[in-house]
Amino acid sequence: MSQGTLSAPTAPAVVSPHGTLRRLARRNSTTAFLLTLPLILLVLGLVVYPFLYALYLATLNKRMTKFIGLDNFTFLFSRQTFWDVVFQSVLFAVTAVVVKALIGFILAHVLHALPAKGQRKWRGMLLVPWVIPPAISTLAWWWLFDPSYSAFNWVLAGIGVDPVPWLGVPGWARFSVILVNVWYGSPFFMIMYLAALKSVPDQLYEAAAIDGATGWQRLRYVTFPMMRNIISITVLFSLIVTFANFDIVRILTNGGPLDTTHVFATYAFQVGIQSGDIPLGATVSLFMFPLLAVFAIFILRGVNRRNKEMA
Amino acid sequence: MEGNGFSRRTVLRAGALGAVASALPLVNVHGQNAGGKLSLGLWDHWVPAGNDAMRKIVMEWGQKNKVEIQLDFITSVGNKNLLTIAAESQAKQGHDVLSFPTWEVRAKADLLEPMDDVMGRLQQKYGELNPITEYLAKIEGKWHAVPAISGSQNKPALGRIDLLKQHAGLDIQAMYPASDKVGPGADNWTWDTFLKAAQACHKAGVPFGLPIGQFTDATDWIGSLFQAFNATLVNEKGDITVKSDGVRQVLDYAKRLCAVLPGDVFSWDDASNNRALISGKSALIFNPPSAWAVAKRDAPDVAKECWSFPAPAGANGRYTPYLPYFWGVWAFSKNKGAAKALIEYLSERDQAQAMVAASGGYDIPPFGSMTNFDTWETEGPPKGVVYNYPVRPQHNAKQFIACYPAPPETAVQMYNQAIQAKMIARVAQSGDSIDSAISWAQGELEGFSRG
Repeated sequence: MSQGTLSAPTAPAVVSPHGTLRRLARRNSTTAFLLTLPLILLVLGLVVYPFLYALYLATLNKRMTKFIGLDNFTFLFSRQTFWDVVFQSVLFAVTAVVVKALIGFILAHVLHALPAKGQRKWRGMLLVPWVIPPAISTLAWWWLFDPSYSAFNWVLAGIGVDPVPWLGVPGWARFSVILVNVWYGSPFFMIMYLAALKSVPDQLYEAAAIDGATGWQRLRYVTFPMMRNIISITVLFSLIVTFANFDIVRILTNGGPLDTTHVFATYAFQVGIQSGDIPLGATVSLFMFPLLAVFAIFILRGVNRRNKEMA
Repeated sequence: MEGNGFSRRTVLRAGALGAVASALPLVNVHGQNAGGKLSLGLWDHWVPAGNDAMRKIVMEWGQKNKVEIQLDFITSVGNKNLLTIAAESQAKQGHDVLSFPTWEVRAKADLLEPMDDVMGRLQQKYGELNPITEYLAKIEGKWHAVPAISGSQNKPALGRIDLLKQHAGLDIQAMYPASDKVGPGADNWTWDTFLKAAQACHKAGVPFGLPIGQFTDATDWIGSLFQAFNATLVNEKGDITVKSDGVRQVLDYAKRLCAVLPGDVFSWDDASNNRALISGKSALIFNPPSAWAVAKRDAPDVAKECWSFPAPAGANGRYTPYLPYFWGVWAFSKNKGAAKALIEYLSERDQAQAMVAASGGYDIPPFGSMTNFDTWETEGPPKGVVYNYPVRPQHNAKQFIACYPAPPETAVQMYNQAIQAKMIARVAQSGDSIDSAISWAQGELEGFSRG
């Protein structure tokens, strides 16, 4: 047997079409890799490295001279202020994203229903909040909410309503920071949903109309299923950005009153940079990761399931 | 002695040279034709003329000493100076000299060049420093930075002469005139008198503008109030002492005071109190003269009625809020000799006087011997408005940083997280009991004190 094996004639070195394709594919993947390399390097440099460095920092003591394992994490778990920040971050992000998604959905439908000629003008105007740098627009909002000279309160006074302590009372302060985030972020949802709406084939609506579907039924059974994936991805993307928000809270309330508007980023900044405890600040910021991971797993699982169903 | 190769003359010459060399720190720089490069990151002054004056002083020194200067002014707006310090300390490269805000010297002491030699010479020349600078920058017996002139500020009372006289019966100009004595009523300038005046001004529609938020103007005046009541939250050993009669008394006092302040002071930032004064809506704030300087430009009728005078006294004394800056040299600097020489030059009387003049009296030098510059006497209108801005002997006051004397590692957290303001807000805004606010603070302080 072994003889036979050894003496078996060697296959002629013929280049099979499969091998060529494989090599071509390999070459394509090489090209693709090279094209994405700048992005990969950016992600490695600006996301992966800082994340790993934050992990390392989180294991050091306040003076960064000693390895203390998970002590920073256990310390945070014992602080009521930290749990308040967790609650506020979730409240801020979830409320803001839900409202943004709702407003974006409505605006997208309104725009979609407009004649093509006027649509561009409205689309441009509705995108304005999103294109202004948030640090600048938040400053304008701050003037509107200003404790002593609020423009809103001036209007309210004109109609005989008592002034509202927009930034001075926990409930109103939370409302204010969420409102500004919604104002800033809704156009993003609007434009994404508008793009999704435009990609829904008209034939589906025509078929639904022939079947006698009402407007609500068309929305419920045609539009919404066709948009579910884009809604999920947009919500996930916005959750990530909203969770990591810093400038709005920082400018409007600095986390006050009584720490009731702090989110992870502002609290991490206060603890880490302002109070000189960089390891604890890094630890606070790391808590965004597991929370976002949970959201991402649920949302992406839904997207995958729907993709499989459609396939 | 014979045969050792050294003559008496040689030994004397060497000794004299050594003494001169040690007494003249600039010898290394002055003696060289090219003193190398020096990169500076100094505080971006609120007063634009402050940057111009600083640039002129630094560049002249650079030319004189053949040192190539790169000068950046780094703003404290948005904490960009803190971010720069954090980044450079992590990267171990950057500027040679940086301006360090109040608490940063302690936090970065391991990376800062000791400045005992510079401080020794300056103290010999100009006498005593205020103890707060020592608390913040002298670590384990060594100075790690030099108290800066530029940016260092007091926050005494800045009141309206007319409104306080009319509504509260206080003649603040007579109490604290622009001279080296105090007048009638100064002895009675206590927190009790202050409360009565606040009540009267509230009634007249010009309430005192005292922020109780999470910004430094709030933390600073509240820190002085607590100290005047001997309400120390953490002592110098790091023991938590929040459960004390002093703390109970000050919270009770603050609750009564808050009742006559604008309802939104809990969300005021560092600009809100300035605006309250400048707009004519408030009779008194605690602030450097920057509020008056803006009023001089935008509301001259308000400005000519403004007057700086000390904070009120309590049972434990009178404390003027003080917020110093420091100049430090990174240990990784490549031109430490020139850096130290420049800092020493900047700290000298002539340069201090020029900076105080350029800043309209805003900058406060750390030495008691430098509180007699003309600027504070002549600035106006009204003439002498900032005479009592520096702490003077007749004030019977001490400069004070909130949260002192807690160990600085703990105090910086207490300060930045505005624990005293939050205690007041819990009692006065949220309606918590004093004991409940104290219990809450106890828990927070335990967290701040961890190693």
